[in-house]
Amino acid sequence: MKLSKKEVEHIAKLAKIKLTEQEKEKFSKELSKILDYINILNELDTNDVKPKIQVTETFNEGREDKIIKFEEISALLKSAPKVENNFIKTHKIK
Amino acid sequence: MEIYKLNIPELSKLIKNKELKISEIVEDCFKRIEKLEPKINAFITILKEQAIEKAKKLDSNIETSKFNFIFGIPCTIKDIISTKNIKTTAGSKILENYIPPFNAEVVEKLLNANAIILGKTNLDEFAHGSSTENSAFGPTRNPWDLERVPGGSSGGSAAACALRFGWYSIGTDTGGSIRHPAGLCGIVGLKPTYGRCSRFGLLAMTSSTDVPGPLTKTVEDAAIVLSQIQGKDIKDSTTAKIKSKDYYTFILKHQNKIKNLKIGIIKEFFQEGLDSKIKEHLENAIKIFEKLGAKIKEVSIKTAKYGIAVYYIITPSEISSNLARYDGIKFGYAEKNASDLSEFYNLTRAKGFGAEAKRRIMLGTYALSKGYYDAYYKKAQKVRALLIQETEKVFQEVDILLAPTSPSFAFKIGEKTTDPLKMYLEDIYMMIASLGGYPAISIPCGFSNENLPCGMQLIGRRFEEEIILSAGFAFQEATNFHKKFPSIMF
Repeated sequence: MKLSKKEVEHIAKLAKIKLTEQEKEKFSKELSKILDYINILNELDTNDVKPKIQVTETFNEGREDKIIKFEEISALLKSAPKVENNFIKTHKIK
Repeated sequence: MEIYKLNIPELSKLIKNKELKISEIVEDCFKRIEKLEPKINAFITILKEQAIEKAKKLDSNIETSKFNFIFGIPCTIKDIISTKNIKTTAGSKILENYIPPFNAEVVEKLLNANAIILGKTNLDEFAHGSSTENSAFGPTRNPWDLERVPGGSSGGSAAACALRFGWYSIGTDTGGSIRHPAGLCGIVGLKPTYGRCSRFGLLAMTSSTDVPGPLTKTVEDAAIVLSQIQGKDIKDSTTAKIKSKDYYTFILKHQNKIKNLKIGIIKEFFQEGLDSKIKEHLENAIKIFEKLGAKIKEVSIKTAKYGIAVYYIITPSEISSNLARYDGIKFGYAEKNASDLSEFYNLTRAKGFGAEAKRRIMLGTYALSKGYYDAYYKKAQKVRALLIQETEKVFQEVDILLAPTSPSFAFKIGEKTTDPLKMYLEDIYMMIASLGGYPAISIPCGFSNENLPCGMQLIGRRFEEEIILSAGFAFQEATNFHKKFPSIMF
């Protein structure tokens, strides 16, 4: 299962990580090798098997729709690199 | 008095009776940390002033406070677990200066019981790894041989415990990250059942398998810590509505009662790939269990051989989703020279993430992308279902499973870093417990000819931590491996 440079570039675009030419080469090799290994799963017939997404057997646990005051706004804003008038600031899209 | 030799119950008794001051214990730890840490690099952040101050406060408050085993006992926390107002980096440059505004639930529970945190321990970046070599802050060295890895991803936690930098560390285990370094560092590492302890405040890696848990020198210490950190948490909806247990009392009560405990030996794990010396130690361990009255049975889990393949689709897939939040906008590293939002994301993440994090994000993005989701992610979840089905059948015949922790003793730093797949295969015995959410403990069971430790893994049914803890305790009390300390300490 060989991942081409073009495929690696496409994945990097989806993942929003800029790769160097060297990294593209390296990941193409490494990921191809890993994907080759993963192919052993095709030895198993799983046509009638339901996927196991998580092991807890519970789904969509709700809680009371009660308003609880949140006191840590300034603490959260402290972590943000750019803040203006109590808003988190970021770049223009383009 | 050799404070470092005492376990938690013994230490706690001396504190309660005022025969030993908490300040003395903390000072004793820092003497050792100052001497050895430059060689080991177990810590990312050391909290000396805060620890000393807290110790003083607690020493003057012993009668009036609510006393329990955790009170005043120093510990460490893996740096992927949020600690309020204390830098939490996940071993990554992207969070190099991140300071959480809240405590993880497990940390909150320990602080409520007056635990003392000595520092935040080193790890593979975002818990991606089995050697702690993927840390952005340098590798941690194995206390038994400084040229070797401590295992991973909770390598700093394991090294700290082995050297008695505190009496326990809270690590996280997704694909073996508590058990593996515990095995390679000669200590106990317990991965609780998925749903036993809250993941709230853990920097999420793989949401369907991440579990926080204790690393300790002895089984009873692990039992004590688990009792404190367990519990349903409405902030983590995957925690189970299940009664909390007093594991320490249980193992003391059942100390001599492992007669008729049915132990299954997973035959697929004792074939090629396992170091012959480790195999020998495990065979001796089985004989010890037989002498203690347990019933040994060989079992087969054929799907086990697919565990790594399943794990390395599911894990990167969930990672690619969980690490999407590191975008430089609300917290963490932010690229200063970007002209627009897209360039900002791309450069922030390119510069902030290390190679393994990038590798896993890429793999996961691919596995979840259009046209590949069924072939990879869905397929992996189906094989996961088969593995669990087969394991559940086996648990109808036996009470616990016995397996190796790792295929080899600690390898040399740099030995496996050029081949990612080679590193992934380190976790070959971990997958049953990880993918099925079963509790599993690694217990010291021997040494190599070069005095390197190895561990034995006991895996239990979901929510039956007390069974593997009792079996582990019985084994520990019949052996002396847990009494050895690395010679670098002396």
